[in-house]
Amino acid sequence: MNAPVQSFLEVQSIDALYGEAILALRGVSLSVSEGSIVVLLGANGAGKTTTLKAISNLLSASRGAVSGGAITWRGRSTRRLDPTELVAQGIVQVLEGRHCFPQLTVEENLLSGGFVRRPSRKELQADLERVYAWFPRLKDRRRSRAGLLSGGEQQMAAIGRALMTRPTLVLLDEPSMGLAPMIVEEIFEIISRLNQDSGVSFLLAEQNANLVLRYAHYGYILENGRVAASGTAAELAARSDFSDFYLGGAGATDGLHPTAPN
Amino acid sequence: MLFFLNVLTSGLLAGLMYAMVAIGFVLIYKASGVFNFAQGSMVLFAALTFVTLNEHGLPFWAAFPLTIVVMIAGAVLIERLVLRPLVNRNPNTLFMATLGLSFVIEGLAQLLLGTDVHQLDLGIDDIPVSVLGLQISAFDLFASAIAVALVAVLAVLFSKTRMGISLRAVADDTLAAQSIGIRLPRIWRIVWSVSGFVALVAGLLWGARQGVQFSLSLVVLKAMPVLIIGGFSSIPGAIVGGLLVGATENLADIYIGPLVQGSVSTWFAYILAVGFLLIRPAGLFGESAIERV
Ligand SMILES: Nc1ncnc2c1ncn2[C@@H]1O[C@H](COP(=O)(O)OP(=O)(O)OP(=O)(O)O)[C@@H](O)[C@H]1O
Ligand SMILES: [Mg+2]
Repeated sequence: MNAPVQSFLEVQSIDALYGEAILALRGVSLSVSEGSIVVLLGANGAGKTTTLKAISNLLSASRGAVSGGAITWRGRSTRRLDPTELVAQGIVQVLEGRHCFPQLTVEENLLSGGFVRRPSRKELQADLERVYAWFPRLKDRRRSRAGLLSGGEQQMAAIGRALMTRPTLVLLDEPSMGLAPMIVEEIFEIISRLNQDSGVSFLLAEQNANLVLRYAHYGYILENGRVAASGTAAELAARSDFSDFYLGGAGATDGLHPTAPN
Repeated sequence: MLFFLNVLTSGLLAGLMYAMVAIGFVLIYKASGVFNFAQGSMVLFAALTFVTLNEHGLPFWAAFPLTIVVMIAGAVLIERLVLRPLVNRNPNTLFMATLGLSFVIEGLAQLLLGTDVHQLDLGIDDIPVSVLGLQISAFDLFASAIAVALVAVLAVLFSKTRMGISLRAVADDTLAAQSIGIRLPRIWRIVWSVSGFVALVAGLLWGARQGVQFSLSLVVLKAMPVLIIGGFSSIPGAIVGGLLVGATENLADIYIGPLVQGSVSTWFAYILAVGFLLIRPAGLFGESAIERV
């Protein structure tokens, strides 16, 4: 193991394309250190989802591709790994819009996340109980079809399903999307406890900066496919005008670490 | 009345055979969202392989598993050579690929196995037996028992096993399935193998009845209306659709046939299917997206 200790997830200056023409990311670099919660902030179309899919190698399923740069996971390039291998190595993505399996029951949804490690029946059952302990609401609804759950419950089922893979890093795309503030807070509380108690790291994409910065350790601001700024959550939260610039306004970035365009 | 019931029962039993062909389609449609035009060719290929082995002296217990192995090998090849290169293409492209595939399979069958018509004897005679006062063909009874057993096995496989849950997950949301590490190529190989197995069973039962010959691949035309009526993505739909088509077709042949002075069974199912299209476009059991109430 000659990788440096802090090398967990490193994204180095990646470009991403859709359909071989549309340039969605330009020189995006970021890193996630083990045990942290990192947030990607940005307006619609800034490139948050593209960045997460580039990391999980799900971009090709959306007819996209990483065309330059490098992504390393624990010191090794992920370029040649398919999504299954990445999941097996501990990176799992929770897709934007939740994407539960609507016709499957809640329990089947959760179980489906456990198969990748080929656990014994007992281990699978233990993992299931662990997820139910995190999300007691899911246990009450275990036999309903996931398509019939409320939005908040679906988000919990999607996170729970991802946890069944026993990840060390969860890529979580807009968990607050379309949910009532109270539910969002409940979900972020659980994420925070998962991080503290189980050491799971998170890379979150969010538009809801105010709330997420209360839970995150570090943040990056994406703008038109580039990293416009980055800083600790406290630094980002301290800026009263930053919601301005990350939404595409005039970019006063002093005090933060502006990223030079390449 | 007794005559009516006799006609109805033999229609229902024939319907189960339609259902079995339709199930092969449903499996593949669920897992890869494509209407597998080659299903009929697979039925033909499986039955031909079996009779050829059989005629070369292999007894049933050896020829049957050997044919299964051939079908599994075919599934692996199809996944590797057709499905994987076309992954993430639109369903039309895939459909065209299965169209091409059907010609390749039939061509291969012709090249390797010849074009002769083969008799297939499964040892069950097509003689009427009396059940509860009804005259039923012993072969139909046998075929239905096989069909019911096959469906029961599939039902358990899909509802209880890890493979079944994974398959239904892929059918529901392919991207989400990939995101949690379900291996699509593996699911495809399994589904095409199971579908090849179903094709073999259907091919043997149909072949025993009408001889194993190239027209066997035309069972696709029987399965089409069944699928339209039952919905492309539902196994219960395929069964109910099959029964409905079998029963109405037989009744129409007996009761309407004489009026139009000809057989109506060749086209009646299509009239029925068009009727259903107008009333329930998704089919009886078609999964329209779940709505929350
Ligand atoms: N499948 C696709 N095909 C073509 N272009 C795409 C595709 N997905 C995203 N894009 C484009 O790539 C850019 C980045 O999109 P992305 O979805 O990563 O943004 P986002 O930050 O996640 O936005 P949102 O907050 O709306 O989810 C946008 O310009 C978008 O139009
Ligand atoms: Mg997005």
